[in-house]
Amino acid sequence: MTHVVTENCTDCRFTDCVTTCPVSCFHGDDERIYIDPDVCIDCGACVPACPVQAIVELIDVPAEQAKWIQINAERAAQLPVVRTKQPQLASAEARRLELGL
Amino acid sequence: MTAKFAIVGSGPSGFYAAEALLDALPDVEVDVLERLPVPFGLVRYGVAPDHQKLKQVTAAFERVAGDSRFRLFANVDVGSDVRASELAAIYDAVIFATGAALDRPLGIPGEGLPGSHSATEFVSWYNGHPEHSGKKFNLSCESAVIIGQGNVAIDVCRILAKSVDELKDSDICEHALDALAESKIRRIHLLGRRGPAQAKFTAKELRELSTLSRASVATVPADLELATNCLAEAERDPAIAKNLSIFRSFAGSRRAAPVSIDIDFFVSPTCIVGDAAVEAVELTRNRLEGLPGQQRAVACGEPIRLAAGAVFRSVGYRGSPIEGLPFNEVTGTVPNRAGKVIDDREDALGNVYVTGWIKRGPTGIIGTNRACAFETVDALLAELAKAKGKSAPGQEALTRLLRERKVKVVDFLQWRAIDEHERRRGTQVRKPREKLTSVPEMLSIALARTA
Repeated sequence: MTHVVTENCTDCRFTDCVTTCPVSCFHGDDERIYIDPDVCIDCGACVPACPVQAIVELIDVPAEQAKWIQINAERAAQLPVVRTKQPQLASAEARRLELGL
Repeated sequence: MTAKFAIVGSGPSGFYAAEALLDALPDVEVDVLERLPVPFGLVRYGVAPDHQKLKQVTAAFERVAGDSRFRLFANVDVGSDVRASELAAIYDAVIFATGAALDRPLGIPGEGLPGSHSATEFVSWYNGHPEHSGKKFNLSCESAVIIGQGNVAIDVCRILAKSVDELKDSDICEHALDALAESKIRRIHLLGRRGPAQAKFTAKELRELSTLSRASVATVPADLELATNCLAEAERDPAIAKNLSIFRSFAGSRRAAPVSIDIDFFVSPTCIVGDAAVEAVELTRNRLEGLPGQQRAVACGEPIRLAAGAVFRSVGYRGSPIEGLPFNEVTGTVPNRAGKVIDDREDALGNVYVTGWIKRGPTGIIGTNRACAFETVDALLAELAKAKGKSAPGQEALTRLLRERKVKVVDFLQWRAIDEHERRRGTQVRKPREKLTSVPEMLSIALARTA
């Protein structure tokens, strides 16, 4: 079991989640971040930290977001760890409003 | 010039503060002091023994401890072995990460009766804390009542409800497994003074209750019919909505099982009843008053009596005062601004900081303390940049003090000797670890390993 960063992170990349991760399992590129399922201990500390509710427990991932399960695993393996808060993307606040969050 | 810091407490908060300092400054010494001979605080003594995956956070602490600028001073009691004021005098700054080890009492009659326990004591007991391993709990009764609806209450409930088979591959202590094997408890009530929208359980822990082999969990359907203000709370917070859907899945779903778990809402204990030991808990029914997010329980209706031979209170923790620092008796925390300790006039007090539960109270989960430590270390670094003084003596002075006082310090390599010993003991009984539960025993293993 793991947690998954779903669609809402794209264009936001707030990264508040990474400071709460007790095992530093977040990896990132210029667009968004991903959870390494092999490192995540499934504690859920990151879930309330995300301003756009992008992080979901594996068993709660809705069908239309299911592709992110594999993408998280693949991208996390290729990308560097993000351990501290990064500047959010310029589009983040607009995207948050658009999501109604 | 090397910056020198002491951190008091080696639980998650202490380690995350150490990590943040090591990451922020290249030229730094971070010394972590721990009262017990073993590190990791609540990861070792709080996290449930059947949550082994969560205990893997220690891998992150191992990485921090592997840094050559880090040093562990375990088996050192700040207070009796070295004073907090002495640390402040010999280090550039001191961060207190001492947690919240004391439980909150209910403050009702009968609380001191035999059979009335704090969840903290019970958790410390099954996790093998040296100060609690010898305690006795009444497990020979049929009904147990757990007061409180947070994750600690759920841990206590799950450990009581699981079969010995389900606990065998955890690192629960042998003495606890033996006692639980004899347990006669078959009915467990988890009581909350407010409703399902205010319960503090996390969804994951809640769901886990429905997976236990010999227990069936139930809620009362009428309790789940929410008033407008509770619906508003659920709409704002997806975690509440998720909990509610799990509570609904439990409603009226009781199947025949050897152990029953009832999650009861809107009740407060008013009295624990019994002549020589706990026989029952008297409850009052509550309704909620107040705006969404600020609703409180108000007593209404007739008292209810719930038979029980064991009561476990799990209604929060509080920190202990630290010598020389201000303390808020109401919250059980040290007053601070973003981690910098302040006095009652809001003035910053010297080079002392707090992080974790002693800073913000006992809320959140392990990872929450990492974000909390970042905040404290940011405050500390801002002050450090302003202060251009002479170099602090730091570790050298601490080592000298402790040697003069004949304190037997356990360092990280010596902790590893204990760790390896415990894992070996575990292998023999097919458990991840069989903990040592006495300080002299820990010291004899640790101090046999010299650098």
